[in-house]
Amino acid sequence: MASFIQLLVSGLATGAIYALIAVGFTLLWQTSQTINFAQGEFVMLPAFFVLAAMNAGAPFWMAVLIGIALSIVILGILFKIIIVDPMIKYGVLPLVISTIALSLFLKESAKDFYSSQAQPFPALVPAIDIRIFDAVVSTQSLAVLAVAIVTVVALNLLLNKTRLGRQMQATAQNATLARILGVPVRRMVLYTFLLNAVLVAVASILVSPIYLAKFTNGETLGIAAFIAAIIGGFNQVRGAVLGGVILGVLDNLSAAYISSQYRGAFPLIILIIVILLRPQGLLGRIEERSV
Amino acid sequence: MFRSALFAPVVVAGLGLTSPVLAQSTVYIPAILELSGAGAVSGTNFRDGMLLAIDEINAKGGILGKKIDTPLLDTQSDAGTSRAQVQKVLDNKPYVILGPVFSGSVLVDMLLTQQAEIPEIVGGEAAAITQKGNPYVFRTSFGQQFSMPKIANYMRDGIKAKTVAVLWVNNDFGKGGRDTFIKEMNSRNIKVVADISTESGQADFSADVVKLKGANADAIFVYLNEEESARFLREAKKQGIDKPLVGETTLLGQKVIDLAAGAANGVRGHVGLTVDAPIPAVQEFAEKFKRRFNYACDHNGIKGYTAVYFIKHVTEKIGKFDSKAFAQAAHGITITPKDEPGILMEATWDKNGDIDRISFLGEVVDGKQKIVETLPKLGN
Amino acid sequence: MMRLGGIVVAIASAAAIAAPFFLKPYGIFLISTWAVLTIAAIGLNLTLGYAGQISLAQGAFVGIGAYTVALLVPAGVPFFAAFMAAGLLSFAIGWVLGYPALRVQHHYLAFVTLAFSTLVFLVLRNEEWLTNGIYGIAGTPRPTLLGWQTGAARDFYFLCLGVLALLSLATWWMLRSPWGRAFVALRENPVRALSLGLDTRRYTLMAFAIGSSLGGLSGALYAPLVQFIEPSSFTLGLSFNLLLMVIVGGSGNFFGPFVGALIAVLLPEWLRVTQGYYLIVYAAAVMVMMAFCPAGVLGLIERAGGMLRPPRKAAGAFTDGAAT
Repeated sequence: MASFIQLLVSGLATGAIYALIAVGFTLLWQTSQTINFAQGEFVMLPAFFVLAAMNAGAPFWMAVLIGIALSIVILGILFKIIIVDPMIKYGVLPLVISTIALSLFLKESAKDFYSSQAQPFPALVPAIDIRIFDAVVSTQSLAVLAVAIVTVVALNLLLNKTRLGRQMQATAQNATLARILGVPVRRMVLYTFLLNAVLVAVASILVSPIYLAKFTNGETLGIAAFIAAIIGGFNQVRGAVLGGVILGVLDNLSAAYISSQYRGAFPLIILIIVILLRPQGLLGRIEERSV
Repeated sequence: MFRSALFAPVVVAGLGLTSPVLAQSTVYIPAILELSGAGAVSGTNFRDGMLLAIDEINAKGGILGKKIDTPLLDTQSDAGTSRAQVQKVLDNKPYVILGPVFSGSVLVDMLLTQQAEIPEIVGGEAAAITQKGNPYVFRTSFGQQFSMPKIANYMRDGIKAKTVAVLWVNNDFGKGGRDTFIKEMNSRNIKVVADISTESGQADFSADVVKLKGANADAIFVYLNEEESARFLREAKKQGIDKPLVGETTLLGQKVIDLAAGAANGVRGHVGLTVDAPIPAVQEFAEKFKRRFNYACDHNGIKGYTAVYFIKHVTEKIGKFDSKAFAQAAHGITITPKDEPGILMEATWDKNGDIDRISFLGEVVDGKQKIVETLPKLGN
Repeated sequence: MMRLGGIVVAIASAAAIAAPFFLKPYGIFLISTWAVLTIAAIGLNLTLGYAGQISLAQGAFVGIGAYTVALLVPAGVPFFAAFMAAGLLSFAIGWVLGYPALRVQHHYLAFVTLAFSTLVFLVLRNEEWLTNGIYGIAGTPRPTLLGWQTGAARDFYFLCLGVLALLSLATWWMLRSPWGRAFVALRENPVRALSLGLDTRRYTLMAFAIGSSLGGLSGALYAPLVQFIEPSSFTLGLSFNLLLMVIVGGSGNFFGPFVGALIAVLLPEWLRVTQGYYLIVYAAAVMVMMAFCPAGVLGLIERAGGMLRPPRKAAGAFTDGAAT
């Protein structure tokens, strides 16, 4: 029983990371039909911004801020202006191709301009191990969980209780109608990109102490984001969170109790089942507007 | 018609119709390595060790008066691309080929280099590489068929384990090691009670540690790549694994110790090639490498460095750039650091191209690798 | 295509036949790779460009075909039989996969095929008893057909080229047939096709299955070409590469795959002058091309040759936000 709890707790911690990444992914999709295949690399990169800033002499806290700022500029603004805007008029597919190319671009850039070796990354909270109900959790994992929860709550508040948030929701549900109603749609879309950039930067800083900063981090994290977002449900932020958590726990449990060689298969099978039987995901609403 | 008109010369150039103009004063020793993809860490380490040696040798005038010309070709960690690259260099008549590191790529390249009778100094550790009867393949690190018996002996005699659990990474490096290790365990009547595979690049080892704890073996053999080893060690410490963790260079290297931040203490194992060996020549090499490339190299860096000096020594011995003569002379040769300082440690090559060298049993104490025992060469 | 196009095709064919006599073995290997990958790209073009379905599983079908041949031929099965088996098996698996999967919308299909691709990789890697697992299968022999040994580089190239020509003609004929014209109708105007009583699902499924079988046939040639196959060669990476080939060449355009595969095979060579950075340059080039000409290289040429032809309607998958 102790081991089951251990797996559950570790799974929740990993799942919280997936959730953060999936939330941004979902937001981008909802508001601008951007299926960002580079989302994993978006999480990989900010850690390198921070490391580069530290190499240039900045103390950690400043490097983190610089990392987030660079993330907003490059992964938010530049991404939108240079890649998404010119292509969105051609439809979904060219954009998908571009984001696939972008993921390759970012991965190779990190490898060539920084290092191919994994880099240790300083932790926000010191790594102390705590015993909870017979399971050992590190404070880092708890920090990840805490930040994820805070982020989701804040996001929900933003989207539901503020005018800005409701405008963003309107843009996501029906851009044309929103525009008619006076919502500054272009600006709302921009805000989603900025929001995603912040989320991935936060995820990056939380994840890198555990995963180590490495240029290949994006590969598994990206796929995990897609799976989490789809399983949970695309049109709800809550869905992305649930999906992430399910994925993290499921991965651990299947690796421990079923087969370690096929550990990667179970999330994929669940994904296929969800798409075929309930494409709107567990928490999603059936889309009124098809994409 | 502009399409065909423009395409043609560009296509022609791209297809390698124009061969590189080889200066008379250089010797063509190309390197085919994993510079991107899953093997990038190993390939870039090998490359950098190799470049260090090449620059040193060229600064002193090269081999037999000719400077070494080593273009780098990227296999992208894919066997098909590797084969294409080997075909490309063979078209230009190389003297000797360096690399690749991934055993899969090595096996496919060997088919071609054997036919062309060009020696290849590879970084792959799979046992199969030297068991195919290819007189043109050599390596500068132990094949798994040599390192695993040493570890198995340590398990049996040093730890006196009756049961063992195996944790391995599911790529050709990890699987090859695991297969060879289990064979050695079976022949020593040590029972394998857990056989756990992990994925390359895996970050979350909690499920694996849970399984290991449940298996309750006398010792745990860990055969992962460096970064995964570090992550595993942290998780193992966190959940309180108390049985001995035994591994190879990829578990005991200083790089892993640093990344694991304290979780590596108590880990033991066999190290064939390590920058932490208590040998002044190796320490000096490690210093030079760190100074030039700004990171601590892993065993692949040493493989690359010694490979170049191996080529230099054998070539000077035969006195000419003859690929076939090279292969003949290299079988059975012993090179000592006195004759060739770049070889770092005395080494003998057998008739299969495998290397025989002293190696070490080490333990991590207080964040540093301590050599506990020096194991002699298998021959003499 | 107009007469101009016909002349270009004739010249290109002549070049393809003459090329190996001017190239060293490496160059011949490259163009053989081109021929083999073009077959897979043609299949994907059917699925994507004509039927408008985003498939990320084409790489897996190449793998299935490759392993089929690599396992059957050393066991004594004649190459031709193994080749057909590869195609039939891929067709069957494509049908079974497509039957439920094509019910979902385009972007969801991308994820289903993505998951399928990774699952195939896992099976190929883990089922060592069948596939020799991670170690791969080495030394698939090149076939001898009716006394003609294809072991040498040039001979094998002509085999690949011949198969490519045959399959291209077959695809061309299929697209020109009444049945094939229904595919095109689907792409141009799905709603109208429906209103005309076409069972769109059935056509899409056929396109997907045929596209997959072409992937399998491509794999059947890949095994004797490289003579070493391992599971890692057939991961998502290959599927992405094939997708890039189809799009960059010109999705929905019959000759798109030929051009796209040529670029994909040659570009890394041209870019090697940039040393280690060529992947970065390649990725950047793809992004730039997508921004300026998503209809691919052939679309660019058509636009440049602009003239009197009415603008070609973009392939169905391109239309922004339209209902399926």
